[in-house]
Amino acid sequence: MTLLEVRSVSKIYGSLTALSNVDLNVAENEFHGLIGPNGSGKTTMLKCLAGAEIPTLGKVHLAGKDVTTLSPQERSRFGLSLKFQITAIFPELAVYDNMLIALQAHQTTLGLLLSRSKNMFHDEVIHYLDRFHLHSRQYDLAGELSHGQQQWLEIAMSLALKPRLLLLDEPTAGMSSQERRVTAELLAPIKEVCSLLIVEHDLDFIKDICDSLTVLDQGQVIASGPAKQVQNDPRVKEVYLANV
Amino acid sequence: MQKVHRVTISALTGIEIVLFVLALVLPLLLENFWVLFITKIFILALLAISFDLVWGYAGIMSFGQALFFGVSGYVVALLSQKTGVHSIFVLLPIAAIVGLLLGFMMAALVILGKRIPSLAFVALGTMTGSYVIERLARGWSYVGGQNGISSLARLTAGEFEIEEGIVFCYMALSLLVIIYLLSRWLVRSQFGLVLAGIRQHENRVSFLGYNVQTFKAVIFSLSGMIAGISGALFAFHEGFIGPGQLGPVLSTQAVLYVLFGGVGTLVGAIIGVTVLDLMNFLLPQVEFLGPTLTNFLETGWPILLGLLLLCTVMFRPAGLMGFFMRDRSRNLLFGNKDKMNQSSENGLESRP
Repeated sequence: MTLLEVRSVSKIYGSLTALSNVDLNVAENEFHGLIGPNGSGKTTMLKCLAGAEIPTLGKVHLAGKDVTTLSPQERSRFGLSLKFQITAIFPELAVYDNMLIALQAHQTTLGLLLSRSKNMFHDEVIHYLDRFHLHSRQYDLAGELSHGQQQWLEIAMSLALKPRLLLLDEPTAGMSSQERRVTAELLAPIKEVCSLLIVEHDLDFIKDICDSLTVLDQGQVIASGPAKQVQNDPRVKEVYLANV
Repeated sequence: MQKVHRVTISALTGIEIVLFVLALVLPLLLENFWVLFITKIFILALLAISFDLVWGYAGIMSFGQALFFGVSGYVVALLSQKTGVHSIFVLLPIAAIVGLLLGFMMAALVILGKRIPSLAFVALGTMTGSYVIERLARGWSYVGGQNGISSLARLTAGEFEIEEGIVFCYMALSLLVIIYLLSRWLVRSQFGLVLAGIRQHENRVSFLGYNVQTFKAVIFSLSGMIAGISGALFAFHEGFIGPGQLGPVLSTQAVLYVLFGGVGTLVGAIIGVTVLDLMNFLLPQVEFLGPTLTNFLETGWPILLGLLLLCTVMFRPAGLMGFFMRDRSRNLLFGNKDKMNQSSENGLESRP
């Protein structure tokens, strides 16, 4: 069953067409990769999906609901979660509190004032920290974590929202090969609970974890389908692999 | 890390206790002039706390706190003069409501909206509001024009007149303590955690699903309310309220109090008001530095004060509180510490 349905989305900034007539489908529990050379429109696409940008033309449906013009927080509440390209954690908050702020996102303002969520989510915070190898750093400020650990923390925070669809923008950027391997291991179990749309430059990484791929070039889709089939597409090899 | 955190939190609590004891005892020991001086510090500390809440905890740069302070002061002064109502139980809640509503209106103008406003836009927007209202008051004869409203009657509590001096001082202290404790509770609640998130990465908070605007509007309105209470107390303590209490000069003063004392600590705001106002008063009277320096300080003390403030902002961004607290310890821990310790001891993972 299709979870995300993007129909003929275009994004135009003045004379620049960043996206042109893009179609994209992500099924439930599918890992879908969005790849393409620099400037192909991948990040713009994610922004249009997350609500940071509104498409100039076209529609975005999530689980059958038109979310094209919803704000980021409305989309988040409807099950869409984003991990930014540049790590977006709270550097001056403890690692524990970074998880807590994500987990209590759907609490009422009164509930937050009365700190009802302070104890309510403790076990879940520990569960996520443990799963992402961050439990031993719970007291540390998030800004003191290594780059790779900050990326994991942000993925954990995005997952804590229990999304239907998780958008990851270059989750392994700046990571060591060891950290990339661990990241792939951390992402694999997510398939049981949500779908994943991932933008990534590391083709080996994306080939290993994604079921299907969509390739963008100059704002247009040039190939889409099962990962193995797309990798062998001659147009993809020409415009993308040559640039990697 | 755990140990560092505990030590610094108790250092903060220690400072709070020392200040409270001093505030409690000093009015009994000092002459009336100093009691009046201390009362003014208590009142202006409320204004400084109102700024620290928005800037130190939510990252909203408001250069318009005097707007809430002054308008509330004017409203209760006018009410007192025109209707003969002097009851603190009527006038203070009215001042609080006026401040709250003004705060909300200002938030609606410069903070709320689909796009996140820039820091400069909010700073200039609030300053403009403060400037416009000051100009308006200066030209409006109904509110006394340039002269403001003076000869205000004393506040009353039932049959009892709240005279400036020891009684007013302890009343102002009581209000300061109540508001300080409520503010402290607010910034340490899970609501405060969201504010800390907004201060550090507003976009991330929004993408987590929080309605950032709601949080900003709430804290800005509450800040307006506290500034409003402060303005009403000021008007009745001084027996006067004028355009100077509405404009950018007092708004900037609130910013300086907090920057000097220590942003994002609440108690730093109180220390900032105390030290700056004491220096304001004492610097022009210094005699032991010799006739040349004394002559210079009589008129040139604002230059020295300005340099001191500049040095603080440049070399000690944490303000005076930076001498007592490590930068790291200013970051609060919002989780349940006992449960965190327990989970650490249970060792789901070994600590490095």
